[in-house]
Amino acid sequence: MNLTLRIWRQSGPEDKGRMVTYQVDDVSPDMSFLEMLDVLNERLILAGEEPVAFDHDCREGICGMCGMMINGVAHGPQRGTTTCQLHMRQFSDGDTIDIEPWRAQAFPVIKDLVVNRSAFDKIIAAGGYITAPTGSAPEAHSVPVAKANADAAFEAAACIGCGACVAACPNGSGMLFTAAKVTQLSLLPQGQPERYTRVIGMVEAHDEAGFGGCTNAGECTVACPKGIPLNTIGRLNRDYLKATTKQADNTPGS
Amino acid sequence: MAVTGIILVLFLIAHMLGNLKVFTGATSFDHYAHWLRDIGKPVLPGVWFLWIQRGVLTVAVLAHIAAATVLARRSRAARPVRYAHRPKVQGSYAARTMRWGGVIILLFVIYHLLDLTTGHLNPVGDPSKPYSNVVADFAPERWYVTLFYTLAIVALGFHLRHGAFSAFRSLGQQTPRGEARARAAALVFAVALSAGFLVVPFAVLTGLVS
Repeated sequence: MNLTLRIWRQSGPEDKGRMVTYQVDDVSPDMSFLEMLDVLNERLILAGEEPVAFDHDCREGICGMCGMMINGVAHGPQRGTTTCQLHMRQFSDGDTIDIEPWRAQAFPVIKDLVVNRSAFDKIIAAGGYITAPTGSAPEAHSVPVAKANADAAFEAAACIGCGACVAACPNGSGMLFTAAKVTQLSLLPQGQPERYTRVIGMVEAHDEAGFGGCTNAGECTVACPKGIPLNTIGRLNRDYLKATTKQADNTPGS
Repeated sequence: MAVTGIILVLFLIAHMLGNLKVFTGATSFDHYAHWLRDIGKPVLPGVWFLWIQRGVLTVAVLAHIAAATVLARRSRAARPVRYAHRPKVQGSYAARTMRWGGVIILLFVIYHLLDLTTGHLNPVGDPSKPYSNVVADFAPERWYVTLFYTLAIVALGFHLRHGAFSAFRSLGQQTPRGEARARAAALVFAVALSAGFLVVPFAVLTGLVS
């Protein structure tokens, strides 16, 4: 396959950046999208040019590092697939592919296609954990969990924090991520003690980081490589409403 | 957004049902229209209720617009650099057109008030004869008025389709099965309300009401 790539090049956070066109020939349909970029980068290095910077780690779809807008769609055309697991057979010979980084105020571009996603870490630090004594794993049967809750919590826990929801959202909102991280704990007994301070703290951290507000447009769940359902945001809303109407002290961290 | 939207939706339901009174004839419709002005008469003097209702609706509309503006501004600030390549989004058309659809509905409401409340833009414009105002308004030779009403009501239908679902979600609808039900209910409600509103101008246009 012969492809024309238009890639966002930006040498650093201060650079203005622009789309640059590259020709990549002899692409195998069995290559992954990142392998195709590796091929391009090897050629760029041989030609003495600066290779395209992009994030990647496990390349098996579970680490959440990779991610780019491919023809305006987060992680490319295949549903439920991260960029590293996307194969070139999804494209045809002669295609022009536009590749851009996630665009969000909260995700500043570091270089080319690499963005800084530490805003997600700040949301997690604001409550995405449980306070429990550590030690050896407790006996699993000592705390009963309803099967439906366990399944829903697991579905939310599949979030890999890649940022596709933010990239796809017309409002640049990170609510699907925040909701997934709230839900995976709020549905389980271990998450109950901090349930309501958690949701307030995490939503506050989300808004402070400069993400937009959710309007239930539903773009995020379509782009999500792990298929986190949209109703997860409803679970967050329910907890948030309860937390803000309760009389108790809901100071995050208390 | 959700709470102010619900207030406006309750008004729209009453408004739509009241409009259907037009099929019961001129006397009945005019009587109904005059009654609207002095609901709660024995308890509240004259047009008090009318003004309370107008006040509540105005506050709801302004709060609804204010909330939408905050969301739109946050949304703009959250993505300072736009995508060079952005295909049509994959969610629903209704969700995508909420902001501009809302603006169209606002312009329509202003026109509608000048037309059938104050009567300035109405060919009859007699506040004591609402039935004749309506019949004159949607007369076949004024087809462009009917067209504008139709477009505005269709915009309202789309706005409500996403708005009603979104309100359920904002107020804590949280299960996948409930989501399917909420979406279906929002669609049925939006279609029913739009049809209820549209049936009046088209009845006049086709001569069913004259």
